Amino acid sequence: MKLSVPLRRRIPSIYIVLLLFYLAGWVLVSLFGRGTWLSGTNLSNMAVRSVALGIVAIGQTFTILVGSLDLSVAYLISVVAVMASYLMQGDPDKVPQAILIVFGIGVGVGLANGLIITKLRLNAFIATVGTGLLMQGVLNASFENFAGAVPASFQDFAYGKLGPFPAPVLLLLLIAALAAFVLERTRFGAHLYAVGGNRSTARLSGVRTDRVIIAAHVIASLMATISGLFIVSRLRAGAPWVGPDGAYDIESVAAVVVGGTALSGGRGGVGGTLAGVFIFSVLDTMFNQLGIDPYLKQVFRGLIIIAAVASYSVRSRETAA
Amino acid sequence: MALSTRTTPFTRVLRKPLKMVAAIPAIYFILAALLIWISFENPNFPQPEVFLAFLRRATPLLILAAGQLFVIVTGGFDLSVGSLITLTVLGGALLTDGNADRTPLAIVTLYLIGLGVGIFNGLVVSYLRVSSFITTLGMLIALKGAALLWSGGAPAGYLPDNFRIFGRQNLEGVPYLGKVPYAVIILVVYSLVATYLLHGTNFGKKALAVGDNPRAAALSGIAIPRIRIAVFVLSSISAVTAGILLGGFAGVSMNVGDGYELEAIAAVVLGGAMLMGGKGSMPTAIAGALSLRALFTLLNLLGLPSPYRAAVQGLIIIGAAAYAAFRSQSES
Repeated sequence: MKLSVPLRRRIPSIYIVLLLFYLAGWVLVSLFGRGTWLSGTNLSNMAVRSVALGIVAIGQTFTILVGSLDLSVAYLISVVAVMASYLMQGDPDKVPQAILIVFGIGVGVGLANGLIITKLRLNAFIATVGTGLLMQGVLNASFENFAGAVPASFQDFAYGKLGPFPAPVLLLLLIAALAAFVLERTRFGAHLYAVGGNRSTARLSGVRTDRVIIAAHVIASLMATISGLFIVSRLRAGAPWVGPDGAYDIESVAAVVVGGTALSGGRGGVGGTLAGVFIFSVLDTMFNQLGIDPYLKQVFRGLIIIAAVASYSVRSRETAA
Repeated sequence: MALSTRTTPFTRVLRKPLKMVAAIPAIYFILAALLIWISFENPNFPQPEVFLAFLRRATPLLILAAGQLFVIVTGGFDLSVGSLITLTVLGGALLTDGNADRTPLAIVTLYLIGLGVGIFNGLVVSYLRVSSFITTLGMLIALKGAALLWSGGAPAGYLPDNFRIFGRQNLEGVPYLGKVPYAVIILVVYSLVATYLLHGTNFGKKALAVGDNPRAAALSGIAIPRIRIAVFVLSSISAVTAGILLGGFAGVSMNVGDGYELEAIAAVVLGGAMLMGGKGSMPTAIAGALSLRALFTLLNLLGLPSPYRAAVQGLIIIGAAAYAAFRSQSES
């Protein structure tokens, strides 16, 4: 059923909003700001700025679509960043082993979240706040500051270029395309929408709902792992505060819902999420170049989240709580 | 179940009291066990002065949990309270700037801000139909920004003594107890009023009904928007109160309210409330908040490094919610 949606509807109106933000930035920055807005460097800076949040938010899209939520991603990012630089210790030979271990941790955390939510029947909010605190505690008790470092070669991941395009941006787009393919063209994707839309109906039609929810959580944790690796490659070393400082938990949820995915599950997609992330970075860049107080940006960001979701919800007939 | 299968005279006599004991919410036993354990570790703990000082430190969370419960029984969340606390403390310092004469007006202004935030949250959830999670998440971000914007990004001004009186001063010469912190008096009054509001009034019954089944509540003539706005206002007012108390004994800082929203929700869940609404009790929610604070006091006494506190809190939250899920499953 997802295959026959006309193209017009597959490009969410959120992209028009993104374009409007971009144009508003152009006008405002040319009138009052400094720096050039329409340059390639500026555009690629904006795109690079979106990568860390973008990858987490793509993972978060899966959990929200299935009717769940993952608020532990910020701490998983910290765990991955710290463990990666601690395990690598600047030695290029240790990179593959370190990557393998952090992906192992990612899968483990995703499985734990999924199992707690499905088998212990915990509310996803409570469950992932709990696992997040658990990771935060263990991490803060073991590491106080930047631990180890990644080798210079690993920093190519964040700073490398393929032709004129920054490598991490291409990675983000590749992941987004892959995620969109999984959601729209595979049986698993259809199951994800079905479980998010109505869990008991999905179960009665033969979908193994628990497995779908667990898989969504594993995907979200894997994405957080990739994002953590990207962040540590940019910073050269990981510290326990890199995840919570970026507020990747609430920011990723915010990007997903601004992009039009319903928090109740079953409706939305990766394309919207990506637009949500880009809107945030256009806004960031615009405020920077206008030299406006960064805190005012935060006020705007909060109100935009509410306004964006309101623009979707007033059109639907559902009530909220 | 095990009690009813065997009917020796002995168990028959015991059955009723045992059933009564089983009906007592588990959180009271947990709280009692924690307090007794603390008393073993610190023999001074049961002394009125020490215990009241413990209660005083716990008061902001208890008041916040009471406010949060009103929202949670209607099936919502209020994540904006942590930022509202920060806004209250920073705003209080800016409005008074150490000038005692300005305190009354500052406090009134802060409560008006709280009222505005609560009404805004309630209106957005009711009429724009944005889920409370998103609405209050947006407010969490916006209010923190507003607080930092207002203070210019660093704590500015300071709180005069008559503002801090609520958080740090005591009522002297109370019989038996000696001196009683004002915070504890506020806590007792707050708890009684909140318990009465939720369990003794029509408003409380309606709030529970809205959370249990909004459609049924609407069909039975309950004005749902009015209830929703009221619970968000109660939560915001509680946050302002908690902020005034925290400003009193913790002073002015940028992240004074950070994380309080999650602690309040955790406390309410520990107290046995259902996150999807319709079920919750004020005394057990307050006991849940007190247990959380008692647990931290105990972990301190046992010498657990403070970074592990977060880990223990995480385990407790998951454990308590799993226990609640298990119980509600075996009941149905």
